[in-house]
Amino acid sequence: MYTQGLDQAGGKPQRRDALESAEQLAAFQARIDADEKIEAKDWMPEAYRRTLVRQISQHAHSEIIGMQPEGNWLTRAPTLRRKAILLAKVQDEAGHGLYLYGAAETLGTSREQMVQDLLDGKAKYSSIFNYPTLTWADIGAIGWLVDGAAIMNQIPLCRCSFGPYARAMVRVCKEESFHQRQGYDIMLTLARGNATQKAMAQDALNRWWWPSLMMFGPNDADSPHSAQSMQWKIKRFSNDELRQKFVDATVPQAGFLGLTMPDDKLAYDDESGHYRFGEINWQEFYDVLAGNGPCNRERMATRRKAHADGAWVREAASVYAEKQAARNAA
Amino acid sequence: MATQMNIEQARLTYALRLGDNALVLGQRLIELVTHQPELEEELANANISLDYIGQARMYYSCAGELEGKGRTEDDFALLRDSGEYQNLLLLELPNGHFGDTIVRQVLFDSFYILQLEALLGCDDAGLAEIAARAIKEVRYHLRHVSLWLIRLGDGTQESHARVSQSLLDLWRYTGEMFSGDAVDDCLRDACNGPDLARIQVEWRSNVNAVLAEATLAMPEDEWMIGGGRQGVHTEHMGFLLAEMQHVQRACPGASW
Amino acid sequence: MTEKNWPLYEVFIRSKSGLSHRHAGSIHATDDQMALDNARDTYTRRNEGVSIWVVRSDKIVASDPAEYAAFFEPAKDKIYRHPTFYDIPEEVGNM
Repeated sequence: MYTQGLDQAGGKPQRRDALESAEQLAAFQARIDADEKIEAKDWMPEAYRRTLVRQISQHAHSEIIGMQPEGNWLTRAPTLRRKAILLAKVQDEAGHGLYLYGAAETLGTSREQMVQDLLDGKAKYSSIFNYPTLTWADIGAIGWLVDGAAIMNQIPLCRCSFGPYARAMVRVCKEESFHQRQGYDIMLTLARGNATQKAMAQDALNRWWWPSLMMFGPNDADSPHSAQSMQWKIKRFSNDELRQKFVDATVPQAGFLGLTMPDDKLAYDDESGHYRFGEINWQEFYDVLAGNGPCNRERMATRRKAHADGAWVREAASVYAEKQAARNAA
Repeated sequence: MATQMNIEQARLTYALRLGDNALVLGQRLIELVTHQPELEEELANANISLDYIGQARMYYSCAGELEGKGRTEDDFALLRDSGEYQNLLLLELPNGHFGDTIVRQVLFDSFYILQLEALLGCDDAGLAEIAARAIKEVRYHLRHVSLWLIRLGDGTQESHARVSQSLLDLWRYTGEMFSGDAVDDCLRDACNGPDLARIQVEWRSNVNAVLAEATLAMPEDEWMIGGGRQGVHTEHMGFLLAEMQHVQRACPGASW
Repeated sequence: MTEKNWPLYEVFIRSKSGLSHRHAGSIHATDDQMALDNARDTYTRRNEGVSIWVVRSDKIVASDPAEYAAFFEPAKDKIYRHPTFYDIPEEVGNM
């Protein structure tokens, strides 16, 4: 889940919130309850706006940072076909970041501001991208598990109450449908390959399984702002519901690959029809979120460097456009 | 007069050189993913890289058929050594900054587009067919990078100074594009292929037009470096190949 | 260095001949030509378009949601503009 189900709601209440009347708030909620879409210029509670800017920009940042772990293998992809597929996928992530920034911009915050917040370390992105990609099999595991988990979260977002976000997500989901399949295809090839390749696939699964489960965010009991997001129809399912759905879908897929999930508590529960799984290491989750994951610093350093290195280029393009405009006016 | 050369051999070598150019440039551009100056340019750079990788695959497949020994695109791309690669040295140079990358590509694409136009009408049906597909892509690339060069050349003092230097640094790699060998002669004479002398004249005029709009001066011709056609590379090439080929080399015979 | 933000453009794509252009999203660009290129590279990667319009977002004139009632509601009760308002005897046939 790229937005990590952190549900930070709208942050601290601000002075403008107090100016909102009970009637306005009730009328807004009535529109949501009637499944009307909210558009950018419509009246909305400031807390709704802040929640969305935060969630959508966090989602966009995750797409952009998420290019790095996979981008790490672009130059080393084992065949030209795999190289082209992976490049198309990483490019999609840039595109999805772009769509999402665009959706957030309709709420009145510029992309530059959101990017600056990321570079300043004020904005979060999904913790999953702070793990390293060590072998080619990691590219398979990311597609299969990380994109699989992302899709679980993103499909309900296509019905989110905020029109621009919902529309961006429709486009994202349509494009992403190949991402998980290409990942599973890599895993399948490795699982059917030689002993080294099989071991590579199992090792990747061992390292990516638990971080993938963390993508859905804290347990519902520790997710205090979920209720508000549910009421506003920004969020449609709880973190635990989505996580369970993901586990139920993924465990048989691992079985088909002949791989073993790294969880000795994992078992099928006949009564509920669900897989029961072991306890997630929440300390690790909060550590990575707080910046203490294996690659947090590298990911941010790469982003900051690209931004700084590009400054003269962005400025040159702006200055050229001004010169051209002046020439055309003359 | 072309030296007596086996036409089949010349066609095969020519296809491989085209493939090597496309692959090596594509590989260099791929290194730039996540490092672009603006998000929109990430999308553009990935599109351009994808086009080159796609072209390399077509040229290598064509070479595999010409050779008739069952070698695949990946055999050519990932299992040959540096000395067997015959790409232009310009394309294997490290990326440098955004201006270096743009200048490199304006210089190369301005040549490549003319090469493709000539190949469209050549007697090698395989190459003509690939050229027909590639030329649409390269027309767009050339336009895209030319516009960028104009923005940078006619942008700020800093951007002007940077790309002026890029141009000076890369100019000595342009001579190689036009110094053909027996393979080029054979393709021209026996297959109605590209005539490098004619292309050079047109290239100078086209590049000059872009440079003029970018308020940049065309460098004086100086000593030109060569070697790509003979498989004699820069020191950078070994590292490029080591990175690109390492998975294939580490696991011989595996399928991916 | 004083960095100016690149202007925002709205992108409209005609997916095939015969259909109208439809809003796809937005991109940033410093000039119109770059806007077209960026729109092409972003929104037609899967062959989604045959024609693109781009327009500076700040050049779009939009109706105000606060004026919704005055602007649109008067059209709601003019039901005689719709064919279903009229009862034509079945014997007359299709009209």
